[in-house]
Amino acid sequence: MFLINCPYCGEREQSEFKAGGEAHIVRPKQPTELSDDQWAEYLFMRKNIKGIQFERWVHTHGCRKWFNVVRDTSNDIIKAVYKMGEKPPPNK
Amino acid sequence: MTKSLRVKTSKFIDETYKISFKFNRKTYYGYKGDTLASALLANNIHLVGRSFKYHRPRGIMTAGSEEPNAIVQLHDNTSRTEPNVRATEIEIYEGLEASSQNCWPNVNFDIGGINNFLSPILPAGFYYKTFMWPASFWEKYEYFIRKSAGLGKSPTKPDPDIYEHKYIHCDVLVIGAGISGIMAAKTAAKNGFKTLLVDEKPYLGGSTIYQNSEHFKINNQISSSWLDKEINEIKKFENLEIKIRTSVAAFHGYNFLLARESLTDHLPVNQRANKIRHRLLKIRSKKVINATGSLERPLIFNNNDRPGILLSSAIDKYANFYGVACGEKNVLFTNNDSAYETAINLNQKGINIEAVIDNREEVDSKLVKETENNKIRVYKGYTVVDTSGYKKINNVSIMQLSKDGEKAIGSKISINCDCLGISGGWTPAVHLFTQSGGKLKFREEDKVFIPNKYSSDQISIGSCNGEFTLDEILSSAPKILKEFLNIKKTDYENLEVNSSFNKSKRNIWLLPSDKVLGKTKSFVDYQNDATAKDIKLALREGFRSIEHVKRYTTTGMGTDQGKLGNMHALGIVSETAGSKMGELGTTTFRPPYTPLTFGTIVGRNVGEYFDVFRKTPIHDWHVKNKAEFENVGQWKRAWYYPKNGEGMHDAVQRESKAARDSAGILDASTLGKIDIQGTDASEFLNRVYTNAWSKLSIGKCRYGLMLNEDGMVYDDGVTTRLEENHYIMTTTTGGAATVLSKLEDYLQTEWPELDVYLTSVTDHYATVSVCGPNSKKIISQVIPDLNLSDESFPHMSFKNAKIGNIKCKVMRISFTGEHSYEINVQASFGKAVWEKCMEVGKKFNITPYGTETMHLLRAEKGFIIVGQDTDATMTPIDLQMDWIVSKKKYDFIGKRSLYRSDTIREDRKQLVGLLTENPNEILEEGAQIVADINKSPVEMLGHVTSSYYSPNLKKSIALGVVKGGKNMMGQKLIIPMENKQINVTVADPVFLDKENKRLNA
Repeated sequence: MFLINCPYCGEREQSEFKAGGEAHIVRPKQPTELSDDQWAEYLFMRKNIKGIQFERWVHTHGCRKWFNVVRDTSNDIIKAVYKMGEKPPPNK
Repeated sequence: MTKSLRVKTSKFIDETYKISFKFNRKTYYGYKGDTLASALLANNIHLVGRSFKYHRPRGIMTAGSEEPNAIVQLHDNTSRTEPNVRATEIEIYEGLEASSQNCWPNVNFDIGGINNFLSPILPAGFYYKTFMWPASFWEKYEYFIRKSAGLGKSPTKPDPDIYEHKYIHCDVLVIGAGISGIMAAKTAAKNGFKTLLVDEKPYLGGSTIYQNSEHFKINNQISSSWLDKEINEIKKFENLEIKIRTSVAAFHGYNFLLARESLTDHLPVNQRANKIRHRLLKIRSKKVINATGSLERPLIFNNNDRPGILLSSAIDKYANFYGVACGEKNVLFTNNDSAYETAINLNQKGINIEAVIDNREEVDSKLVKETENNKIRVYKGYTVVDTSGYKKINNVSIMQLSKDGEKAIGSKISINCDCLGISGGWTPAVHLFTQSGGKLKFREEDKVFIPNKYSSDQISIGSCNGEFTLDEILSSAPKILKEFLNIKKTDYENLEVNSSFNKSKRNIWLLPSDKVLGKTKSFVDYQNDATAKDIKLALREGFRSIEHVKRYTTTGMGTDQGKLGNMHALGIVSETAGSKMGELGTTTFRPPYTPLTFGTIVGRNVGEYFDVFRKTPIHDWHVKNKAEFENVGQWKRAWYYPKNGEGMHDAVQRESKAARDSAGILDASTLGKIDIQGTDASEFLNRVYTNAWSKLSIGKCRYGLMLNEDGMVYDDGVTTRLEENHYIMTTTTGGAATVLSKLEDYLQTEWPELDVYLTSVTDHYATVSVCGPNSKKIISQVIPDLNLSDESFPHMSFKNAKIGNIKCKVMRISFTGEHSYEINVQASFGKAVWEKCMEVGKKFNITPYGTETMHLLRAEKGFIIVGQDTDATMTPIDLQMDWIVSKKKYDFIGKRSLYRSDTIREDRKQLVGLLTENPNEILEEGAQIVADINKSPVEMLGHVTSSYYSPNLKKSIALGVVKGGKNMMGQKLIIPMENKQINVTVADPVFLDKENKRLNA
């Protein structure tokens, strides 16, 4: 079980958190302007990387805040944690 | 049979404390300190059980948790019975009752033993291959296969024991209290680390603690005496906690480990009441030191599984630790020096050794020489080619090994014996290390996997790190510990170590016999009866991956997870397939290291604590009035209120009729309630609901439908505008938590610019819903100050009011289609308001109704229930609810998905009403709907989602989803059931009061 450093509360057990999938997928501002393919790209397509992955987590049983996590999926080591809206750290 | 094989007093056995126990209903005696295995061996009993597939007689093989054969059922037919307990681990206590497993009628005469003679026709995959055909016969085979499968019997009575969970946080966790673990724990504790030392055994010191040989000395003291002093010292540290009988089950990422501390299993049953049996420790340690030791390898040769064949190190332990000789005519068979330690130790104790058979041709180490000096015959360059003795070994046949080790040559020599010790070298116990994500490397010279890359802050020391000799361990430990703990000095610098162990080894994974392989039984996995022949067969049949070979042959899939033979399976596969062992990899080591009982896993979460449940403030009233309850989300909701012995159907019919005829009352407190405030609250609702919210005036309510971004219906409910920037949203009972987190997600991540604040207020309010033609009269008396005229308080509006001094929020909204009010009060007043309504409503026959009647009433009106009539594949259009989807709004969650190529298909499943030809026939929810029963294959058009008998319409009504149902109005369809076909007609889903006249009645 991971230890996750919530940017608002500090280090807590993974059981307090929920994962929310890939990060930095911005909801299109004008969905009606998009073709079916473009919309499907936003709606369904997610990466499943072996290695460094940017993902969203929420501190469900804590402050209820969403934030971003950079995790190496091959060994589960969390490289960085940052707030929503903050610039992601460079990859690697 | 009962001849005692006690040889010499051991300090670990208290011979003044005699303990009686039963094995297979016969009484025996042992001493305090014995395990069941050592006590049985002292009574000259080797035969303990039967093997899984061939029912071959099997005996005790080891002296530890790796035991594959000697697994027993404890206290059969009692509530404390437990299957598959390793006789080598259970400490005997007064009244212990153990019995053999997997045999009938008994272990000495087992009918299933016939499988042994049938074994030529029972190869790997036998069951898969044979019972495939004809497919329709499977049901007949299954009964017999299931009957013959399985080892012990699981308990059928409730577990009387108590279990608990405990969190432990420490700086350093040391796993294993052998010599390496003791040194590590002392070093960590001395340097101020909060340290935890655990060991699965009931004593500290591992195998060194009973090592009394002159050949192994530390600072001129016999190694066990040296270690004894160290153990006495570590007991003094306040920052060092020591837990024995504690087996680490799992090593997860981030140094999170699970361990089982066994607290009462060694006590007589009558001393266990009200004590905690097992404690599951959830350990989070900053650093972990693996000192898990190593397991001796068996040797794989023909008939290597008879009772009386033990690991050489186990024979040594039984003699030195328990003071028990495993036999009177012992033979040892080895490929390394370890067996000579055993030979010398046994000889010292006066236990007879007939011979040592060594694979190696040229050996002249100190230990070998001393063995020979003791007049023990050593056969060098020989191998065992066969053994005999059905229930106990009585003879071994040996032959010379060819130079390449592939053939047995020369003439056969026969040696009588009653015990054979085998030693194939050592395998580091890297199970926990690999569970944690560590990567192994293969050391070619002695064919072992050792830790290579660590996934967290941990280190391995001692023999689990591939250091098998005392001098290696003692010279490397200080270095490793200093670096790992970042300290300058340990107590173990420059120790003077004498170790006579020579590391030479002749590794042959599968030893040859004079017979061809097909005629031999060389067991690789003892518990599951997988032989070398089976593994080779799997390779011939095309299996290549070690994971596939494992599953096909079941090698390593027993309760011991193949701790003894997995390495040999890998070796045989790599040799046969011509691949390198380091590249072949290993099978996956999975937790738990040794089996855990379910009790340990669930801890205190049993009975009423199995799951949390929520009760409404009115719950006690429902209980008092004999309501039946149903679970909705975590809530206990009143389901129906049976009167005078009514069943559910009659109760629901009565409640439904009363609600429409006069008045009904429902506890709606469980509905999710979210308080929404902020200057952008209206805009936020516009974005999350399909309909428009900006123009909803203050004091008005509106029904909303929420979609997922994929356009599928997610939740629904009524939202009320309390003030300009203040709304209260209701959600479905089960959806409350997920709706709130979804809304928070959008607010925080997509629309952080919106000024909106969400608060869950579900628990803050109790909600009493009163409906029916007389509801207005009842409310007018409950809340006399409230103007209930349609002009002042129309349908879909809200008023603040007071019942005496109790503030309440009243909504005129309806989920039944009746004139209806919902009174929301502070939760603590809920019961009082409910009782007031009941009291006032008495003269109107106000009838409490539960969720079942609520479902029936809304179905009469064709109102959907999200999760019952929808299943995450239904759009609002599919539900024929186009009216609630705003065409004007530029965007809302899910809007774009409503005109994807898939969602605009005309033949999607759509919600329709269904009427049966026979009005008294009630459909089964979930039943399939078809148009043409004679078509092959029959096309499934959809299924029934809701079905009831309506007492108000006096006919059966149902809702269902049907492909293209929207355009099938009036069409006849068929519901095929097991014994009949039911004819139905597609109808409008609104069955009652299409004009909504009753809302204002």
